[in-house]
Amino acid sequence: MITYRYTLPLCPADIVPLQEYDKVLLTGCLYTARDAAHKKMAAILQKGEKLPLDLAKTALFYCGPSPLKPGNKFGAIGPTTSSRMDIYTPLLIQNGLRVMIGKGERSLEVQKAIMDFGAVYFLMPGGISAYLSQYIVSYETFLWQELGPEAIYKLQVKEIPVFVGIK
Amino acid sequence: MPYRYVSHETIASELATAIKNITFNPDPELPAKLKLALNNETHPLSQEILNYLLQNIDLAPTKAIPLCQDTGTLVVFAEIGNQCIIEGPPLPEIINETLKKVSAELYLRPSIVQDPLFRRENTGNNAPAIVHLSLIEGDKIKLHIAQKGGGAENMSRLKMFTPSANADDITNFAVETVALAKGNACPPVIIGIGIGGNFETCALLAKKAILQPLNNENPIAEYALLENDILNRVNETGIGVQGMGGKTTALAVHILTAPCHIASLPVAVNLQCHSHRHIEIII
Repeated sequence: MITYRYTLPLCPADIVPLQEYDKVLLTGCLYTARDAAHKKMAAILQKGEKLPLDLAKTALFYCGPSPLKPGNKFGAIGPTTSSRMDIYTPLLIQNGLRVMIGKGERSLEVQKAIMDFGAVYFLMPGGISAYLSQYIVSYETFLWQELGPEAIYKLQVKEIPVFVGIK
Repeated sequence: MPYRYVSHETIASELATAIKNITFNPDPELPAKLKLALNNETHPLSQEILNYLLQNIDLAPTKAIPLCQDTGTLVVFAEIGNQCIIEGPPLPEIINETLKKVSAELYLRPSIVQDPLFRRENTGNNAPAIVHLSLIEGDKIKLHIAQKGGGAENMSRLKMFTPSANADDITNFAVETVALAKGNACPPVIIGIGIGGNFETCALLAKKAILQPLNNENPIAEYALLENDILNRVNETGIGVQGMGGKTTALAVHILTAPCHIASLPVAVNLQCHSHRHIEIII
């Protein structure tokens, strides 16, 4: 198990040397998206319209954070089950997505898309919001505020630990 | 028969304290269980993540950040003494109003949608809770509450076995449930198993089984043995902490049983993630 320190967005050369279960400390912006945001992104792409974010430069974090408490810089975060996003993921990968972070296994279709397109799926341990809070620098709503915890939030993180799941 | 009157304010206040408590503090026996697992674990990745889990338990109350961002569905087993009269609205209403207030106060993530299929609009306040009412003797109210996350709940299963099934079949079903869940259920898990009753009772028993003290041993020897067999088998799967490999896949197995129909043998397996948040209060 090798430890890498990477700055987001990742470039294809960053992904090439990674092996399963290598530890990667990520610094930069993560964009949260879970069920409702995925449904919305897929609907936009299926209509042939343009997404309001550039998937190629986006690290998607399957997460629904807790709301921002006044005086705090962030809410509680952590990964949700990635497989619920499997149905949408190949389409997002075809449209440029290369970095995903969540927990649990992925479908064969997602595994294939990840390998075909040189993408990477990182695992983040779940149920440790207080521990992970040490790595959050800032947090703001980015898109679709009406979705509440299912909106896309922009999270600035510093050396947050993830592990290579599939590449 | 003398009756005891309990005001809704008293219940709301004690319940609010209990919800706050479990948002930041897991089952009090959990840290020792995790430390024991860490001593026994040989897989480096599982060891590393067990350390994260232990640090998280220390950090949550001091930083006032929830143990997990998914503060779950609030499940309440309410046992009301037959000599106790609640002054004010019905108990489920008191529970829901308290839940809404605490969710706002602690900035808990709203995790409940009103319509499950078509609209899926978030209620915005974590209500309604899931409340199971029952009557007991005495003049007290017992509330056993849990914050039940969605990940492990999604991976739980129920099967209507028939009387030809034996203990091995049930063991296989439980092991298979954990194996299908892999990292989705946030292992190391606690496994609650309900055997008997009927379709809905076995599921309820499985949920109640999760809420037993972590170190509780089944008082019936053959069920204690079965719990132990299932625990060993699950930990031999190699799924490990967060599904990343190792010996630590489950921390405990609890079985509860009920009488059932001569044609039936219902079995439910309810999984609890490592963020095991529950408490019993007596009012």
